[in-house]
Amino acid sequence: MSKMTLEELRKLREAKKQEAAQRDTEGKDTLVIVGMGTCGIAAGAKDVVDALLDELKKVGNENVIIRQAGCMGLCHVEPTVEVRSPGIPNTIYGNVDAEVARKIVRQHIVDGRLVNKHVYDKPAADIIEQ
Amino acid sequence: MAVKNYVLVCGGSACESAKGNDIYKSLLHQAEVQGVSNDLQIVKTGCFGFCEKGPIVKVLPDEAFYVEVKPDDAEEIISENIVKGRMVDRLLYKEEGKKDFKPENIKFYQKQERIVLRNCGLIDPESIDEYIARDGYMGLEKALFELTPEQILDELNKSGLRGRGGAGFPTGLKWSFTQRIESDQKYVVCNADEGDPGAYMDRATLEGDPHSVIEAMTIAGKCVGADKGAIYIRAEYPLAIKRLEIAMDQARERGLLGDNILGTDFSFDLEIRLGAGAFVCGEETALLASIEGKRGMPIPKPPFPAAKGLFGKPTVINNVETYANIPVIISKGGDWFAQFGTEKSKGTKVFALTGKIKNSGLIEVPMGITLREIVFDIGGGIPGGKKFKAVQTGGPSGGVLTEDFLDTPIDFDSLISVGSMMGSGGMIVMDEDDCMVDVAKFYLDFCVEESCGKCAPCRIGTKKLYEILDKISKGKGDIEDLQKMKDMGQAMKKASLCGLGQTAPNPVLSVLNAFEDEVLEHIHNGKCRAGKCKDLVQYSIDESKCIGCTVCARKCPVNCITGDRKVAHVIDQSRCVKCGACYDSCKFGAVLVS
Repeated sequence: MSKMTLEELRKLREAKKQEAAQRDTEGKDTLVIVGMGTCGIAAGAKDVVDALLDELKKVGNENVIIRQAGCMGLCHVEPTVEVRSPGIPNTIYGNVDAEVARKIVRQHIVDGRLVNKHVYDKPAADIIEQ
Repeated sequence: MAVKNYVLVCGGSACESAKGNDIYKSLLHQAEVQGVSNDLQIVKTGCFGFCEKGPIVKVLPDEAFYVEVKPDDAEEIISENIVKGRMVDRLLYKEEGKKDFKPENIKFYQKQERIVLRNCGLIDPESIDEYIARDGYMGLEKALFELTPEQILDELNKSGLRGRGGAGFPTGLKWSFTQRIESDQKYVVCNADEGDPGAYMDRATLEGDPHSVIEAMTIAGKCVGADKGAIYIRAEYPLAIKRLEIAMDQARERGLLGDNILGTDFSFDLEIRLGAGAFVCGEETALLASIEGKRGMPIPKPPFPAAKGLFGKPTVINNVETYANIPVIISKGGDWFAQFGTEKSKGTKVFALTGKIKNSGLIEVPMGITLREIVFDIGGGIPGGKKFKAVQTGGPSGGVLTEDFLDTPIDFDSLISVGSMMGSGGMIVMDEDDCMVDVAKFYLDFCVEESCGKCAPCRIGTKKLYEILDKISKGKGDIEDLQKMKDMGQAMKKASLCGLGQTAPNPVLSVLNAFEDEVLEHIHNGKCRAGKCKDLVQYSIDESKCIGCTVCARKCPVNCITGDRKVAHVIDQSRCVKCGACYDSCKFGAVLVS
């Protein structure tokens, strides 16, 4: 990474936006976002990530990106995991432990079926329009 | 096998009691009967929050939002919505007769607006590219290439942003003081010394979106003409510190921090200073002293830091949440920001909702929302069917708001007018099991610990108030104590040097105001109705109800409960420490509190 000029910053922003849009339209990849604030980690988010990685290896799925993020605000049901999978509405899972994480991989990502009793609602509709 | 629809049935405990389970079963049954089992998946979910309109059923991807659903409605939902693809109009949630069923148009969802937390939980805080992709550093672009310092101040003034540390001073005005002063050196400081019990908004912001604070401080540097900044953060936040450091390094590598930002002649750099976790260091003058390497003690104002701050130089100092608003204000304009909130309190406020509440968590709501909406709509109400008693806002500086204030709009001025204050954003919900004397005592204890001792009103006042409360909680108070506490509280408010001492009596005064009867009960009858004040409580076992299951005896930390299996147990009162473990563990209601 080198120092950027204004032009380069704008180019980078556009490129990154396009990348994200492309991912959405091509519907190839699944994005899994794990809440990894101090609160999430304290609730066991690290075990969740390990279980997700392990299970993905087992089912041999290469098209999944796992990303860490901060606290989403659903502290009462941490650890939280958001799954954005093609053909399925974006889903937020709460109270996820290693076992539920494995279920998310097998049931949601592989079979396209939501995992019972762990679906939660987003804390807020996004107002910063993309 | 492709699933076409997902039917989500709210399975939160409120809706469970409101037949959520029966609805789930009837939906399954109806799907089977109508032969669409393979096209849809019916899912039990967690609580959606909106309990007063429960049970809720959502159908995806149509985004149909059905409220107050009964088990008999299942047939219609399946036949209309799933088989024919038409929404069931009579069950859709409607606002004032509008046919809005998209969640983003439903007011319940609009109760939260995310500006500060716009990226929290969405982006990887350790990746600058993801921040940039979400319009990050756009505000800085504008500040560097399009706006003059005066225009930046104009945008801030138009936005109506007020300090989110709790006092609510207009940010644009604060910056303009520093901007106007001629000086060879100016500083920008971020106050990340979050210390209120039960508050963690700033930590979440720094952990989830560190770049927003870095960008805002750089904009501040450009606006007031500073080339150095410091983030003062408590050492108890290791993850926030780590992510800030990573973010700063990335910004430097990309040329967004350091010398000649984005190729311009403007240079600005930041450093992190760790606080040792003294509550008083959240007071700006004490904080600056602490950065200078002195003991963190406040000094009288004026001069304000805006004119004479860090090392005696003009300094802009704001709290994390205030900064997190700024990049969006600059990139989208002050007018855009001013459409949220109330006339005098613009924008949103982040609260850490904790205590006796179903959906505890981090919420961001537009200013002017009522307490009722926060507690019952977003928070989902009180767990276990208990009765709501009060909300404590503003930490040790704030007060309690009772049921009478549930419809008070939450903004800077109306909270002050009812004897509390915005504070930094801790919101602790209390139910009938909380004793108000105990709550006031807790906050006073905190202030006694945290008073820096520089001025007598605070050093002596907090201690004396605590002693009186302690006496009352032991049933030894007398009626004159109430007036004594009120007088002392008023004196502290007037005479203390800084905000800590000036606001320390608030919890006590507001409890005396709102719950005088409960305090008097402690004094006159030696009774604590919530069973929290140890010296006024006695636990005993009702022989007729105890079946001798031995659970309480095993739970008791001091082994003062004796009895054989299947025989009623007895508590040895001389050894009981009144921890209440037996009461909590008994499944038969045999442990009595008196």
